[in-house]
Amino acid sequence: MQDPRRGLTLVAPPLGYAVALLAGPLLAIFLFSFWTQDYLTIDRTPTLANYREVLSDPIYRTIMARSLWISGAVTIITVVLAFPVAYYISFRVRADRKSLWLFLVTIPFWTSYLLRIFLWKVILGYNGVMNSGLMGLGLVDEPLTALLYNANAVVITLSHAFAPFAILPIFVALEKIDRALLEAARDLGESAVTTFFRVTLPLAMPGVVAALLIVFIPTVGDYVTPAQVGGPGGLMIANMIQTQFLGLNNAPMGATLAVVAMVLVTIISLAIVWLARRLAGGRR
Amino acid sequence: MLRGYVLLFLAFLYAPILLLPVFAFNDGTAIAFPLNGFTTRWFAEMTQSRELHAALLNSLMVAAAASVLAVLLGLAAARANVRYRFPGKAAAMGLVMLPLVLPEIIVATSLLVVIVQFLEWPLTLWTVTAAHVLICTPFAVAILNASFQALDPAMEEASIDLGESRASTFRLITLPLVMPGIVAALLISFTISLDEFIIAFFLTGSDPTLPVYIWSLLRFPKLLPIIMALGTILVILSILILTLAEWNRRRGLARAGVKDTGGFL
Repeated sequence: MQDPRRGLTLVAPPLGYAVALLAGPLLAIFLFSFWTQDYLTIDRTPTLANYREVLSDPIYRTIMARSLWISGAVTIITVVLAFPVAYYISFRVRADRKSLWLFLVTIPFWTSYLLRIFLWKVILGYNGVMNSGLMGLGLVDEPLTALLYNANAVVITLSHAFAPFAILPIFVALEKIDRALLEAARDLGESAVTTFFRVTLPLAMPGVVAALLIVFIPTVGDYVTPAQVGGPGGLMIANMIQTQFLGLNNAPMGATLAVVAMVLVTIISLAIVWLARRLAGGRR
Repeated sequence: MLRGYVLLFLAFLYAPILLLPVFAFNDGTAIAFPLNGFTTRWFAEMTQSRELHAALLNSLMVAAAASVLAVLLGLAAARANVRYRFPGKAAAMGLVMLPLVLPEIIVATSLLVVIVQFLEWPLTLWTVTAAHVLICTPFAVAILNASFQALDPAMEEASIDLGESRASTFRLITLPLVMPGIVAALLISFTISLDEFIIAFFLTGSDPTLPVYIWSLLRFPKLLPIIMALGTILVILSILILTLAEWNRRRGLARAGVKDTGGFL
């Protein structure tokens, strides 16, 4: 049963597919980012012009910085909000009810992404649920316009969309914790609070790191949310990439932006992993 | 206190979806408060729209083809991953699972560059399907990994010892035991493809999928109540599909005699 050749034969079709439709295209977009758009044709002389423009033009720098800032905020908010939920399901819910709870948490994630984001527009809009509610309670005299079409709206909407992604990995990490360790900590005189911070939280760190990455990576490249609720001040890198490809007809520039975004995301993700390892190592 | 917070969080999680039926049955074109009155006319208008039907049909075809192909690829990858050791295994599985942690815009743009600039092929529903297979495969692999891990290798060995061939062992022993995993993977892949927007947006030609069509409607406020009606039906459908997938998964675990350890992912 341990025949390597059988394994290779089996993995060949999915691997071949991923090479042809993922590795190949990623290489192609990298190559493409060194070409330039010359009106209607593509100039195939390799040049760093696009990269120079991305690094020097304030528009690109602003949008790139904003994408990272928004994703960073979304990641931290989502993980902080999700942790207690994962903790509750793992530690407080009866064992036979856990999968029902996980099901409850994941259902909203499986319903139309576009419509969920549009509905946030309905909630945050001028005549929206939030404003009607606040006016009904007499808390404000006229509808708030600061709720929609800005970076905050993007942060709220994305935090909502990615909540299940943060809950699941943290839940898995919490489930793995040997409950005897917590009892031991209490028996040895730790309080409930110090037990949480000195035993539970460090042991849950792998799940927290996974949650950070799983929220951060896709949100940097999100297109729909900034386009719908962001307004001009909330646009992110994916909107810029889309404009270059489908609007401005400058595909090489779009490719360059995609490559730069990918490199930045990879660097930050590796930094998160490295930092988490350092922190975990420091505690031992 | 923790329980209160969790209930509040669930309310936050469900708030947008609960608004869908509210506006689907509201007699007025504005998606805003106050509400006007009860009507079912948006559902009636929905059944009239020919473009909507075409888009829905496109999406169903793409999702059906993509989920079947993704599960076939997923079966091979998960089987290789669980049962065999081979050189370069970590790298191979890493590449297959990579779309899970890659922003979708990157997948979309890189495929667009290859198809339009290098190959100069036209954009059709096939290009969308091919890309959806790529992003659905990791989900299928994740689900099927669990199915193959729950499978006791002794059963297959016993079958071979008793004179069955490898092929008939796979058909008679392995396949029935991982079938619930296959069904769950099919349903999840189908749902992902049906709902996927950004890749379809980049790679669609003249035939839009349902999300691309919905996106084009979001700019015309008059048609929005119809979208709310459609959304209500889609939400009910996806809850049905997911309940089916979950029921199937549990049945599979019970059949393989494994303790239930959690959800889909």
